[in-house]
Amino acid sequence: MTASSRFRSPGVRALILIAPLLVFLGLFFVWPLVTVISQAVSDPAVSRVLPQTAAAIDDWDGEGVPAPEIQAAFRADIVANTDEQAMGDVTRRLNSSKSGFRSLMGKTVSAVRETPDIDLAEVDKRWADPVFWKAIQDNASPYTDAFLLASLDMERDSSGSVAAMKEGTSANFTILMRTLWTSALVTLCCLVIGLPYAMIAASVSGWKRAVLLGAVLLPLWTSLLVRTAAWMIILQDNGIINQSLMGIGVISEPLVLIYNRFGVVLAMTHVLLPFMVLPIYSVLITVPGNLMSAAASLGAHPVRAFLRVLLPLSLRGVISGALLVFMASIGYYITPALLGGAADQMISSVIADYSIKSANWSMAAAIGLILLVLTLALYAVYNRLSRDPVQAR
Amino acid sequence: MKNNHKITSFGKVLAVGAAMALAGTAAQARDLTVVSFGGNFQDAQRELFFKPFAEKTGKPLLDEAWEGGYGVLQAKVKAGTPNWDVVQVEAEELALGCADGIYEKLDWEKLGGKDSYIPGGATDCGAGHIVWSVAIAYDGNKLTEAQPASWADFWDVEKIPGKRALRKSAKYALEAALMADGVSGAEVYDVLATPEGVDRAFAKLDELRPNLVWWEAGAQPLSMLQTGDVVMASVYNGRITGLNRTEGTNLKLVWNESIYAVDSWVILAGAENKDAGQDFIAFANAPENLSKLPEHIAYGLPVKAAAELIPAEFAVDLPTWPENLAVSVNLDVDYWVDNSEELTERFNAWVAQ
Repeated sequence: MTASSRFRSPGVRALILIAPLLVFLGLFFVWPLVTVISQAVSDPAVSRVLPQTAAAIDDWDGEGVPAPEIQAAFRADIVANTDEQAMGDVTRRLNSSKSGFRSLMGKTVSAVRETPDIDLAEVDKRWADPVFWKAIQDNASPYTDAFLLASLDMERDSSGSVAAMKEGTSANFTILMRTLWTSALVTLCCLVIGLPYAMIAASVSGWKRAVLLGAVLLPLWTSLLVRTAAWMIILQDNGIINQSLMGIGVISEPLVLIYNRFGVVLAMTHVLLPFMVLPIYSVLITVPGNLMSAAASLGAHPVRAFLRVLLPLSLRGVISGALLVFMASIGYYITPALLGGAADQMISSVIADYSIKSANWSMAAAIGLILLVLTLALYAVYNRLSRDPVQAR
Repeated sequence: MKNNHKITSFGKVLAVGAAMALAGTAAQARDLTVVSFGGNFQDAQRELFFKPFAEKTGKPLLDEAWEGGYGVLQAKVKAGTPNWDVVQVEAEELALGCADGIYEKLDWEKLGGKDSYIPGGATDCGAGHIVWSVAIAYDGNKLTEAQPASWADFWDVEKIPGKRALRKSAKYALEAALMADGVSGAEVYDVLATPEGVDRAFAKLDELRPNLVWWEAGAQPLSMLQTGDVVMASVYNGRITGLNRTEGTNLKLVWNESIYAVDSWVILAGAENKDAGQDFIAFANAPENLSKLPEHIAYGLPVKAAAELIPAEFAVDLPTWPENLAVSVNLDVDYWVDNSEELTERFNAWVAQ
């Protein structure tokens, strides 16, 4: 076979041409995604470092202190392990399930290394408490749904059925709902401003259209952080708005415009407005300009003509714009962090907390996965509606 | 045939380019990178330790700032070769990371032995650098009638009306709440060790919720005090003294029931410049160098010989000054290492309500 014949088939040639794309997608899209998904449902730390314990404790009934064989397996695993960092992963995982494992494991590992057949209850009386052994049993399997449940404030109770966590222990679900609600508000605000704006932009021409579109596009070319910081300057207690209102005597005390939901929604609406205006605009410029005149000549009141002709025709753009804005909103982090108060933070800040502060990558991945599923579901809706505008109406 | 030739030569160009790019990064060794907590503290460190050390060794020293967070260090070490060498960490990060094996063990012979440090200042992985406190502060020019003297006063909105700022973390907030509820500094962690004690702390926080503002970065409470947004705030002690000296403010610090801890230097496991890092720690913590720090920022020194060299005019403002130390509480690192994750989650849920 000559060298050239290998590339004779058009399929193979095409494949070579798109190979850079495939490699890029695989490396920077598929692989991280697979890693995140597997992190969210698995944590092999315990089963890898404590294999004998994991096997032995599997059918322990959870009553009283585990049998001597299980304890012996545990000690043997500790002696056999040479990887300090892997043991650190085990400790972190167990401490995450049951507070206190940090000090307990540190103490136990050094004691067992010194005296391999030491009585664990003598090392620390906590080993006589089944709760700590239960934590090992719960984490013995490399696969678990605990992280996904915990990201919705749920857990498995002692009988193994899914139940809500005790009130006040975790706020992931509350924050997730808040994220969806804030995103819905932002979408609504963008729609209320963006729809008329796009209609005006589509109805004028020449330099007027250029100015209107430029005003929407300009923010897109400015960094998100800069725009958010600009809002901080405008909205703060001695910022431009409060100072001018107080200057003309409308208010005597500064209005609270920042560090609350108002500031977050306002700034996010500003940042995301182009994603609403542009899709609606692109649909509207394809609508023949004489349709409204035709409706008027047939006797329709302008309001009626708008509701029956222009609005239905722009609906495809409205749906695309609304979904784009909503999907972008649910991942927002910087804007709520800088302009919101403690009760306005969105789910991304929780993910950042888990990864940066407590190094709990599995929880971060689990919440990320839930966000991903939400976004994919919305994308499916978007895809369906934007592909078939006739049915959407 | 021609097409094919083009594809192969294009591939060659790509391969050569990639190889050159890789070789470029590999050949260039990274300079010693030291990471601290930024702000005017790191400015002082740069003048006193970073620049003189670079001059002494004749090699550049890079300094970066971070804001803490164990996950950051863990991710760097797990990634293979970390891009930081020496990092200043809080006591909790020191204990966690040493147990997890993400720090190099220090050569204590080079550092003058563990006995030259105050208790808690010298561990296998960390050499203490400063002793710092979280304490109540207020503006002496604004609070002229009644001044706070304890966490109980901090909670007393009738005696001192107005908003108060606390650090947004379970650590420090729970201790403060319990002391405000009448628990003595010596017993705080015994009470916190029981579930009832934790409930009690949260109940006390509930009381103050309408008057509470939260801060995250150390500079925030200072500006809140200066603008009058809050009447009292918990602060990092060093910043108060610094601000009074540079800007002539009259901010006052309450040493009573302040909570102190030690920050340490660590070397990340597998760091490229770990030997140079070890030399840097020895240089920065040498008594004659370290003792100059309190002139710039009011943090105490865990190296005994360095503490003795501090002029008395600066020493009285430090957490380690005997009169200040006597009324302070030592942060219980073991408690927070065990309970941080659970309590942080509960605290965040409480804040988010």
